[in-house]
Amino acid sequence: MAPRSRGATGPAAERELLTAGDVARTVARMAHQVIEKTAIGSADPPVLLGIPTRGAPLAARLAERITEFSDVEIPCGSIDITLYRDDLRHRPPRPLERTQLPDTGVDGRIVVLVDDVLFSGRTVRAALDALREVGRPKAVQLAVLVDRGHRELPIRADYVGKNVPTSRHEEVAVLLAEVDDRDAVLLRAAGERGRR
Amino acid sequence: MKHLLATEGLDAATATQVLDTADGLKRTLLGREVRKLPTLRGRTVITVFYENSTRTRVSFELAGKWMSADVVNVSAGGSSVGKGESLRDTALTLSAAGADCVIIRHPASGAAHRLADWLEGTSTSVINAGDGMHEHPTQALLDAATLRERLGSLDGRRVAIVGDVLHSRVARSNVHLLTALGVEVVIVAPPTLLPAGIDAWPVTVSHELDAELPSVDAVMMLRVQAERMHGGFFPSAREYSISYGLSEGRAALLPDHAVVLHPGPMLRGMEIASSVADAPSAAITEQVRNGVHVRMAVLYHLLAGEEARE
Amino acid sequence: MTKPVMVRGARLYGEGDPVDVLIADGVISRIAAEIEPPAGVELIAAEGQVLLPGFVDLHTHLREPGREDTETVATGSAAAALGGYTAVFAMANTDPVADNAVIVEHVRRAGEAVGLVDVHPVGAVTVGLAGEKLAELGTMAESAAGVRMFSDDGHCVHDPLIMRRALEYSRALGAVIAQHAEEPRLTVGAQAHEGEQAARLGLSGWPASAEESIVARDCILAGHAGSRLHICHVSTEGTVDVLRWAKARGTQVSAEVTPHHLLLTDERLRTYDPVNKVNPPLRTSADATKVAEALAEGVIDCVATDHAPHAVQDKDCEWSAARPGMLGLQTALSIVVSTMVRTGLLGWRDVARVMSERPAEIGRLADQGRPLAEGEPANLALVDPERSWTVRGAELASIAGNTPYEGMELPGVVTATLLRGRITAHSGRISQPGGGD
Repeated sequence: MAPRSRGATGPAAERELLTAGDVARTVARMAHQVIEKTAIGSADPPVLLGIPTRGAPLAARLAERITEFSDVEIPCGSIDITLYRDDLRHRPPRPLERTQLPDTGVDGRIVVLVDDVLFSGRTVRAALDALREVGRPKAVQLAVLVDRGHRELPIRADYVGKNVPTSRHEEVAVLLAEVDDRDAVLLRAAGERGRR
Repeated sequence: MKHLLATEGLDAATATQVLDTADGLKRTLLGREVRKLPTLRGRTVITVFYENSTRTRVSFELAGKWMSADVVNVSAGGSSVGKGESLRDTALTLSAAGADCVIIRHPASGAAHRLADWLEGTSTSVINAGDGMHEHPTQALLDAATLRERLGSLDGRRVAIVGDVLHSRVARSNVHLLTALGVEVVIVAPPTLLPAGIDAWPVTVSHELDAELPSVDAVMMLRVQAERMHGGFFPSAREYSISYGLSEGRAALLPDHAVVLHPGPMLRGMEIASSVADAPSAAITEQVRNGVHVRMAVLYHLLAGEEARE
Repeated sequence: MTKPVMVRGARLYGEGDPVDVLIADGVISRIAAEIEPPAGVELIAAEGQVLLPGFVDLHTHLREPGREDTETVATGSAAAALGGYTAVFAMANTDPVADNAVIVEHVRRAGEAVGLVDVHPVGAVTVGLAGEKLAELGTMAESAAGVRMFSDDGHCVHDPLIMRRALEYSRALGAVIAQHAEEPRLTVGAQAHEGEQAARLGLSGWPASAEESIVARDCILAGHAGSRLHICHVSTEGTVDVLRWAKARGTQVSAEVTPHHLLLTDERLRTYDPVNKVNPPLRTSADATKVAEALAEGVIDCVATDHAPHAVQDKDCEWSAARPGMLGLQTALSIVVSTMVRTGLLGWRDVARVMSERPAEIGRLADQGRPLAEGEPANLALVDPERSWTVRGAELASIAGNTPYEGMELPGVVTATLLRGRITAHSGRISQPGGGD
């Protein structure tokens, strides 16, 4: 399966933004930030919900790191946004992904949504809609591995692994071993306005 | 996929995708207080039923509404034959009025195909909700969903379809879909209720229900319509019931894991004994429940990517 | 007095060297290797094309009176002339039904007024085609229309007693009963040939046995009555066997096959496009092969079009609501070339037999289907066997456009038609009688 991010590219114009080691370090740093910002240890731990495809393994990794650093079990799951997307008309139908909530549920908890790339913000908007259907969190935060800019909605991330200034024509591909056999973040020139 | 007109020609991959989506939808909606997804917000779905069918119409209506589509029901009383507006004009009118999807039930075989032909060049999708004696694809999909759920898998399973195959669109759709999904289908019916040319179907034919039951994973009982009972297709309801009804004694011949299906509405006593219809092996209410999810999945697959399709 | 015409360089029956044929006063006046064209003669350059006797169609629906929105005697006559026909038999299922002298005389006169083709009205066998009471066959036979063929076509004369009486009664009139063989009890709600395709498409079956059982019955009835029977649109292999049997025992039975049953099969039904809906229905390819062989063998006597114009709204609808029938007059020759000549089943002399001579005999037309010889009436069709054409329903002369051959390229082009020495069609154009051309 091709990386979820955005369309076909020639291998020619491809730059590695983060190596496997960078990805690991970045996730670790984000884990520390979450611990600090959500006061883990003194309050109910937050619930991490990854947005499939790559947000889900990312959330699991983040939860693992947090537990490692804080010794607190972090409830973790995934939330599928396919049915909440606003671009259904423009894309071929996609298979539904899994929504898996931890047993704790989300009611009254801090929920951290986890995704690989923050771009237009539309995915996050869809995730907020999807989240509303499954419960009423105390607060919702957002963690992304890469923020590439070009927001189309008033949405910002609470935790950002790396800010990457990009042009609209470029593509950011996050590769994760769970899905893609290796860890990396790539920047690709999609040439003439790729498939988005 | 722009239209769903038949299960004939539907490949296993596409069918499985629809069934998977239906599963996902079922999971998503499970236990929710508000069964509403925003997926088809702003889309208009029109049901046009030239035959009465509360069951199917309601199922489609719920499917559309649970996905936030605007659902409009047009009930076309009686047949369009020779009176009133032609089917073609109705189709063009609904499309022009902004229907993203027209769901049609019609007594003429091929009516949905014709509708799709007339709507060529528009963005309106057509779903066949039963055309004459031809096909009823969403019924077959919901049957497959139910069987898959009960049996775990379909490939290599053996399913008996029993009764009036000649006049049954449900049978035709199931034969195509189930065989595409790797199911071995055996048709059990009196010779008068089998179509000429059934030899070309990828099924085995039997006239003896008792001989087939011990080796099937599921048995699908078809409706016997009242008008057939007086059409001389078999001597009497009693004799039909004796030979082809699923009595309690006969149901006992089924393996323990076997599933009993009926597309409804049931003629209890004649086609199927009440105790069999209400036994745990019967999946008849699940069929109805799955019907909504399967139809949601179909709407999703047809209406997604509409503008990317060209 | 029509202008003399000379067909220059035609091959009679497609045989031998090209010859010149001079036509004057409605008859073939001279045939020779080379004729010096007389002054004022109208020349048709045949350039080696095939000259045949003008075609005779035993089975045409001209729709007048009643459905002039789909065809009239005038438009149907034009289609006939362009198709190489010099005589057509107009079926009785008009509205009102041609079951009396008034209607048949009206149709006959309308045909004469148009003057492009001899229009012979077929009279109904029973009043209103209802199958219950014999129509006044004698009155129609003795009317100005001189009806010699009776048929309830569209409906079967299904009551064996009525059929027996009709056969017996028509004997005294020298007439033939043309039967639309369809046992109605076996075809209730029937929509398509009963077989694999109908089963798949969920269309009620029209079983071959419904045709064959009536053909068998009627052959037996005609045999006992000593009457003439004609079987319309033979469509099944089984009917061929019954006909062979009946002919072998001396029954006076003749039979026709339509071009569409020679070429098309029920494979066509997959689209549910009612342009392919016809009665009897398109059958299997095995049936098509057998009826073609039977035509070659003579078990089936002739080709008849069953030309059946229908309005758009009666065809562009759902299958079961559509009316059965398709256009045929302008495409018949090409379909015969395609299925019978190109396949080697028939030579051109045989084409003359199945499209002109036999139908003229069956319809008792003395001046049609005559030999291509000096002194014979000049009812002629000139055919270019080498050229092909593409069928466009909208370009056909009929008001209706329901041709199943839309967009198909067909071999064989009728280049000229002459009715009693007068050109009725030439190079795809109609020559109106009395017109300047």
